[in-house]
Amino acid sequence: MRLLTHNMLACNIKGVTNGFPLGIDATRVETKEVEMNPDFLKHIFPKLRWEAFRAAAHSLGIDNLPEQVDSNMLLDEEFLQQFHHALLEVHLEEGALICPETGRRFPVSKGIPNMLLNEDEV
Amino acid sequence: MWYLCYFLHRLLEYRLPEVESLAKIYLEGDPAALKEVRWKQPPNCHSDSPFYYINLPSEDIARFIASRSILVKGIFEVWGVESSYEELRLAIENYPEDRKTPYLSADSTFKVIVDCFGKGLSLKEQTERINSLDYIPFQGRVNLKSPQHRFWLIESDNDIANKLLLPAMQKLIFFAREIGLSDRSILTKFELSRRNYLGPTAMDAEIAFIMANQGLVRRGTFVYDPFVGTGSILVAASHFGAITMGEDIDLRVVRDGRGPDCNVWSNFKQYDLPLPIGLIRADNNSPPWRSSLKEIFHAIICDPPYGVRAGGRKSGGRKLLKGTKDPYIIPEEKRKDHIPSTAPYMFAECVHDLLDIAARLLVMNGRLVFFYPVARGECYEDLYPKHECFTLIASSEQILSTRWSRCLLTMEKTAEYTDKHAALALQKHIEFRERHSELLDEREESLHSLVFAPSKIDNGLNDKDALPKYRGKHV
Repeated sequence: MRLLTHNMLACNIKGVTNGFPLGIDATRVETKEVEMNPDFLKHIFPKLRWEAFRAAAHSLGIDNLPEQVDSNMLLDEEFLQQFHHALLEVHLEEGALICPETGRRFPVSKGIPNMLLNEDEV
Repeated sequence: MWYLCYFLHRLLEYRLPEVESLAKIYLEGDPAALKEVRWKQPPNCHSDSPFYYINLPSEDIARFIASRSILVKGIFEVWGVESSYEELRLAIENYPEDRKTPYLSADSTFKVIVDCFGKGLSLKEQTERINSLDYIPFQGRVNLKSPQHRFWLIESDNDIANKLLLPAMQKLIFFAREIGLSDRSILTKFELSRRNYLGPTAMDAEIAFIMANQGLVRRGTFVYDPFVGTGSILVAASHFGAITMGEDIDLRVVRDGRGPDCNVWSNFKQYDLPLPIGLIRADNNSPPWRSSLKEIFHAIICDPPYGVRAGGRKSGGRKLLKGTKDPYIIPEEKRKDHIPSTAPYMFAECVHDLLDIAARLLVMNGRLVFFYPVARGECYEDLYPKHECFTLIASSEQILSTRWSRCLLTMEKTAEYTDKHAALALQKHIEFRERHSELLDEREESLHSLVFAPSKIDNGLNDKDALPKYRGKHV
């Protein structure tokens, strides 16, 4: 699971109002190189919640993302590379996502987050 | 300029929308030029005829359309079209010289291809027809392997007495210069019988490519399939350069497959395609997206489970929703490794959820492409699901049996998703939940029983059967 997916997901258990961002409990993290697509990064950038993205990257050991960002920074090759790396090259392979409100754990195994809710949660 | 668009004679209702979608991809950002893309037919042609004229702004777009299309055979510049060879000669001679000479010059190489729609021609018949063109002043040399210019002599067979075609086409003979041909070799490469990991409802490669074309997929398009299964639709989208994401409720399919080398990922590796950017196990009925997530996907392309070969499932507990069990809380010590039971997911509810999530997650002008099953009849328009945010672009029927068809619906997001839409969808969601068991009973009338119920006994007295049939319908 990439951090892009993490930034899109939330805990939607019935009654939960603050299910985003999900905490990360990482057991195994992998890095896989992929080709960069600047247009895609530009499309995704305004859709992201940056603070949550930066915090998630931090919990996987990536500390080079700036705190404040704006779309002009996408013209900077170095920033684009860091952004690309954190967004698409780092994978949470084994671990769990944790709801910030209830502490409910959504397991991640073989890189697939299991977001299915229990009978009493929908 | 008007070009001849010569189609393959299959998936007839899918042909024009596919070409229109490809034109839209090429002419993105030029709506004025897109408006000029128009169709017309040779006189007396049935709408099922493989011959259409299309008005396109350039040869480049014609080449692009032909190269990406699955259902176009080729696109041509017509030098003459008549119903006899004598008239054809006059027409070619009267075609403007300045359009002809550049392709007939002495330093060029060329080839003539003879094609007949509805009949195979022997080599002798082909040679005779080529030789009859001796009045065209070809100066160049013949090169059968890699000529610079290809000319086509396309005939239609008007011997319709023994054909299952409507007698709606007069004989046509075209002489035309080839602009571009389609490349259907990808269908062989991607055919399901060679696919590593297959499920019972894996999408046929040809249809999957057409769906990707309908979704306006090009390099960098972000495509989402909420019923990803073995990934057959995303494989096609990925081939055209899409960045893909998939979701499925079945963990065994989406995570495990049949082992480490036979799963959704391996279906992409098999063709050296980029892997999906994310696969998620979740329920389309209680989607896992954060509420602020909007307008992120360029296209949502899917085949929702309509309960004939595979039924949909949703979370909430089978017995709970049916009302045979009182609500309960799972004890804390049993939460870990608890496997929640899933309940049947009614198709109407599934489509409602799909339209709502698509209206929210698609960018403006993004496309939703999906199959919708219908009982066979004359008019489907009123049955199609509607949403204020979507405009129906195309609907194409594929007949599956005498009883049912599926229609490929292409919708475009033409209005913003607002809080009003969200509130309405939530209300409907609660309604579906409350009426779950009632709707479950109604399923007796559903598509599944329509498809599999025993046929009524008619003692062979059904005089309808005596009428000739065309495309499965009585005429």
